Amino acid sequence: MIVTRRLSKRFDRVLAVDSVDLHVREGDRYGFLGPNGSGKTTLVRMLLGLVYATSGEIEVLGRPVPKRVAEVLPEVGALVEGPAAYPHLSGRRNLALLDAAGPGSDRRTRRHRVDEALERVGLAGIDRRPVRAYSLGMRQRLGLAGALLRKPRLLILDEPTNALDPQGIREVRELLIHLNRAGTTVFLSSHLLAEVEQLCTRVGIVDRGRLVLEQELTDLRTPTGRVLIDTPDAAAAVALLDGQLELRDGDHLVVRHPDPAALNTLLVNAGMRITGFTPERRTLEQVVLDVTSTGSDRVDRINPHGGGAL
Amino acid sequence: MIGVELRKLVLRPRMWLSVFLLCALPTLVAIFLATADFPPPRGQGGAFLNAVLRNGSLYPAAALALVLPVFLPLAVAVLAGDSVAGESASGTLRYLLSRPVGRSRLLVAKLIALGAFIVLAIALVVITALATGVALFGTGAEAVGQPGAITSLSGATLGPGALAMRLLGTIGYIVVSMLGFGVIALFFSTLTDSGLGAALGALAVLITSSVLETLDAAAPIKPYLPTNYWLAWIDFFRDPIFWHSINKGLLLQAGYIVVFFGAAWANFSTKDVTS
Repeated sequence: MIVTRRLSKRFDRVLAVDSVDLHVREGDRYGFLGPNGSGKTTLVRMLLGLVYATSGEIEVLGRPVPKRVAEVLPEVGALVEGPAAYPHLSGRRNLALLDAAGPGSDRRTRRHRVDEALERVGLAGIDRRPVRAYSLGMRQRLGLAGALLRKPRLLILDEPTNALDPQGIREVRELLIHLNRAGTTVFLSSHLLAEVEQLCTRVGIVDRGRLVLEQELTDLRTPTGRVLIDTPDAAAAVALLDGQLELRDGDHLVVRHPDPAALNTLLVNAGMRITGFTPERRTLEQVVLDVTSTGSDRVDRINPHGGGAL
Repeated sequence: MIGVELRKLVLRPRMWLSVFLLCALPTLVAIFLATADFPPPRGQGGAFLNAVLRNGSLYPAAALALVLPVFLPLAVAVLAGDSVAGESASGTLRYLLSRPVGRSRLLVAKLIALGAFIVLAIALVVITALATGVALFGTGAEAVGQPGAITSLSGATLGPGALAMRLLGTIGYIVVSMLGFGVIALFFSTLTDSGLGAALGALAVLITSSVLETLDAAAPIKPYLPTNYWLAWIDFFRDPIFWHSINKGLLLQAGYIVVFFGAAWANFSTKDVTS
């Protein structure tokens, strides 16, 4: 669905995107992760033909961008860097104007499609209030409705759950999973690990403009070799597992063991009562922290004598 | 897209406010003129004001003369300056472009909406001025002895039909003049995310041009200043119509429209939309 080859973008002296090779396949729920200022938004803008690449190639839905972007975009729904609407008009009117502005919008079905999109994002009961009076969360939902108006094959969403409350985040997640099952490819850029971890099937991690990792989420979450155990017989277990214990906190034990199944058998055969037993997997957070550096919003002092970062 | 731009134009409270203010100024002046104890004596004062006092149906021309130097260009600069920069600042530009709306198409739609605004504003100024003029000063039937007839600046008498044609010519000429100026603001609007900045830039051009016009040392460039022929529409009220300046003015404005719209297009179609 999206392929980029050695894609780079330079703004004056800053290399915002640095030879990125991105592969988003049809049916993916792709999480594009990276710290603030790592070039996520610039890349999303290039996919939509808003920003022109300095070098490299982009293909979206099998067609080159920006050359044939006009053929691509009618099948793409996008939410880029927060929603935007005309503040003095109602949400419905904003959607109708946006729909009328582009190609392939049937005037007869417009009202129906606008209602349907509003319904999907939980704004079905919206009145004639101008967008100016909307809360941030309502604006975010309206922006999503705009992206869903034409039932796109590909959704490109930049931080779609911004400003939503936990309930709203969950609704959006369920909506996206539902759309994905119905055949929509979802490309989601975010710096929220939990969001990507709960929603996505594949992740790309970008750091300082470079794509440092692109993999299936399940392949990333490899076992760490540690097992978390809860047992009321902790003292006996500690004696049994001498040398393999990493941490004890009351009834809670952290044990390093290569084979969780064997460990479990060992404990049960020794007559221990086990209330919790979890082989630990790498969290996405651990993966991201391993491959990325500090976000560009942190500015450390440069050592004037040594010349390097402190 | 053109229809969308026009709908956005009429749905905008700010646009109606500026049109209202444009109509209010001539109305206010008319009320002062009608109630003043000392009207300008015959043969003195502005030729137009004198004629207007005798015949209210000439008041639309006087009203245009009142709003043309500052207020109309101000309204045009604000609207045109906001056209691309405003969408950019509010973020709606990125959604329009990824809808997708072609960049050239968007710019043409903006130009057409600008033209529609100018026509609408001038038409409403003319209509309100005609109504207030006739209501406050009469139709001049008493003075000339022939209902609806007025005297041209050259002294010959014009019938209502001829007056209407000349008024239409005037409106057309002013629309073109304002469009020539508005396109400058539109170009500035593609350079920045600040609608205010673009409007102020265009007004700076207007003021510079007005200042240079009065400066003898600037005589060589005078025929190319955007404001130079703005008042040439007065020639529509001479008999016969004095076409020389009108034609030059139309040609000059056409030049401005082509050059600045071209520049706006060249800039906008290659620019990174990062807002």
